[in-house]
Amino acid sequence: MDDLLNVSNISISFTQYVQGLNQHVLKVISDLSLSVKEGEVVAILGSSGSGKSLLAHAILGILPENGNCEGDIVFKGEVLSQERKEQLRGKEICLIPQSVNFLDPLMKVGEQAIGDVPKEEREEAFKKQRDVFSKYGLSEEVDDLYPFELSGGMARKVLLSTALLSNPELVVADEPTPGLDSQSVKETIKDIKQMAQDGKGVLLITHEIDVALKTADRIAIFYSGYVIEINKTENFNDVNNLLHPYTKSLIEALPRNGFKLTEGVQPLDDVDGCPYFENCPIRDDFCKNNIPSLIEHDGVMIRCHKYNGEVE
Amino acid sequence: MKFLGYKAVRLFILLVAVAAVSFLMIELSPIDPVKSYAAEMGASVQQMAALRSYWQVDVPTYQKLLDWLFDLLQLNLGVSLIYRIPVVNVILDKFTASAILMITSWAISGVFGFVLGIVAGAKEGSWIDKIIKGYCYLLQSSPAFWIGLIIMMIFSVYLRWFPTGLAVPVGTLASEVTFFDWLYRLILPAFTLSIVGIASIALYTRDRLVNILNSDYFLFARARGESHWSIIKRHGIRNVLLPAITLQFMSFSELFGGAVLVEQIFSYPGIGQATVAAGLRSDVPLLLAIVLISTVFVFVGNTIADVLYKYVDPRMRGEDDE
Repeated sequence: MDDLLNVSNISISFTQYVQGLNQHVLKVISDLSLSVKEGEVVAILGSSGSGKSLLAHAILGILPENGNCEGDIVFKGEVLSQERKEQLRGKEICLIPQSVNFLDPLMKVGEQAIGDVPKEEREEAFKKQRDVFSKYGLSEEVDDLYPFELSGGMARKVLLSTALLSNPELVVADEPTPGLDSQSVKETIKDIKQMAQDGKGVLLITHEIDVALKTADRIAIFYSGYVIEINKTENFNDVNNLLHPYTKSLIEALPRNGFKLTEGVQPLDDVDGCPYFENCPIRDDFCKNNIPSLIEHDGVMIRCHKYNGEVE
Repeated sequence: MKFLGYKAVRLFILLVAVAAVSFLMIELSPIDPVKSYAAEMGASVQQMAALRSYWQVDVPTYQKLLDWLFDLLQLNLGVSLIYRIPVVNVILDKFTASAILMITSWAISGVFGFVLGIVAGAKEGSWIDKIIKGYCYLLQSSPAFWIGLIIMMIFSVYLRWFPTGLAVPVGTLASEVTFFDWLYRLILPAFTLSIVGIASIALYTRDRLVNILNSDYFLFARARGESHWSIIKRHGIRNVLLPAITLQFMSFSELFGGAVLVEQIFSYPGIGQATVAAGLRSDVPLLLAIVLISTVFVFVGNTIADVLYKYVDPRMRGEDDE
C-alpha cells in the first residue's frame, strides 16, 4: 500500500532576534521522517513543549512567518507546496486541535463547525453538521451553545466533529487528550481508531505513552527534535524488541514495567553528535561528533550508531 | 432589571456626593455670589446688604448645603447670573447643541476608528498599517485645541470654506436660523472632535485584532481552510466589536473634555462654552448645574458600556447580578 503521507527529512527552525540585530536560529525539529498509510494511526510521542505540534503546523502550512521548514511533505504522491497546503487544509487534511481554546469564544459551535460557506449552501452544511454531531451523541441543543458552555467531553466531540465534516483522508490530531478524564480519553481513543477503520490516515501527536500505545499502529519516538525510533506498537510490549536505548529506558520507566528511572535531561541546544549522547549507556567516542541518521531495518526505523541490525 | 435598579441607586448616591462636594468647594472658593451678581449693576451698599439677607449668604454652611440639596431634589437649580433665565433652561438649550456635536463626532470617530483599526490590524506590519499607526500616534499626542486651531487655519482662514465661529450667521434672529445654517457651522467642530477621537479607538481595535490573529482559534480557523479576510470577517470583527463599542462609550468623559476646548475655539454655543463662561464670570448656579449634568452624561456612558457587556456578551449574560 502506498503512503498517504510521507514526511521526509523535515527540519523546522525559527529565526529570532536576540539583543538587537543578532540573529539566532532556533532549531526545533531536525531531520524528521515518517509516513502514514491509509487506515493507519501513527503516533509521535515526545515530551510536552518539545515542538511536536509544529510538525502538524508544517503539514497544514500554518507555521508562523519566522518559521522555516526544509524537507518534503508528500501527500498522495504529490509534494505539497504552500499553495497546495492551503487548498487541501480543511478539506482532505484536517486538524483536531488540543482544546476548546481553538474555537471562537463568541460563535455558536454549530455555526462554527460548518465554517465559512456561501449562503445557498448553508442549509446543507448544517444538515451535515447535525449528522456528524449526532453520530458523536451531541444533541441538537449543543449546536446553539457557545464554546465556554461545553463540558470537557462535549468540547472534545465537537472538535473531532469539525475535523470529520469535510470527510478528510488524513487527520492530524494534535494532543487530543490532555486534561480529560479517563472515560473521555477512552472514548477519544475509540473514536480515533474508528477513523482509521473508516480508511483515514491518522497522525496522532501526543505526550501520553498510554494513549499512543492504545491507539497507534506505529509509534515514532521524538527526542530533542529528532525522531530516534519508529517501531510497531506491539514491539513496545517487550523492551527487548525495542532498538534505541532511550526508547527502552522510557518503557522501563513505566510503573508497570518496574519504574526504572534514568538520570539526565534532553539537550536544549543543537549538539554535534548523537542527541542522546550525554545520557546513553552504550555510547562511544564516535557518537560524540557524528549525528546518526535514521535508517530503516525491517520496517522499523532507528537512529543509532550502535545498532547493528539485530534485536537483542 | 435588578442590575439597572442597582445602577440607578448608585447614580443617585453619586449625584448627591458630587453635588455636596462641588457645593462645598465653591463655598470655600473666594467667589462672592452677591458681588458677582451685583457687580454689573453698580448697586449701593444698602442694596448689597439687602441682597445678602435675601440670598441668605450669611447662614451657616451646612444650612446652605441642605437647602441646596433640597432644591436640587425639586429640580430647582436657581437662576443663571449670566443669562438671567432659569439654569434648567440654559442647560437644556446648551446641552442640546453640545449633545448633537458630541454624538455626531462620537459616531463618526467610532465608525472610522474601528474601520481603520481593522484594516491596520489585518495588514499588520504593512505600509498601510504603518501609515494608520503613525497617524494615530500623531493625533493621540496632539492636544485637541491645537488640532482645532490648525483645522480652523486651513479651512476657515486660508480656504474660506467655513466661518471662523458662532453657531449661526451674525445678525440673524435665532428663529430665522435654518437647519442648514446650523449644520454648516457644525461641520468644523465635529470634524475636529472626530479626528481626535479616531486615534484611541483605532489603536485599540488594531491591538485587539492583532491579539486575535495570534490566538489559537485564529490558527485553527486557518487550519480549516478559511481565508485571511474571511477569518477577519467571521471571527475578528465579532470579537473586537463589543470591547470597541464599550471603549467608545467609556470615552464619554474625554469627549466632554474635548468638546469644551473645541467649542471654545470655534465659538460654538454649547455646554463647553457655557462652562468656561460660568467659571470665568462666577456664575455659581450654572457652574454647579453643569458639573451635575456632566456627571450624569459620563455615568450614562459608562452604564451603557456595562449593560452592553452584561446583556450582549454570551459569556456574561448568564451570570448573576452583582
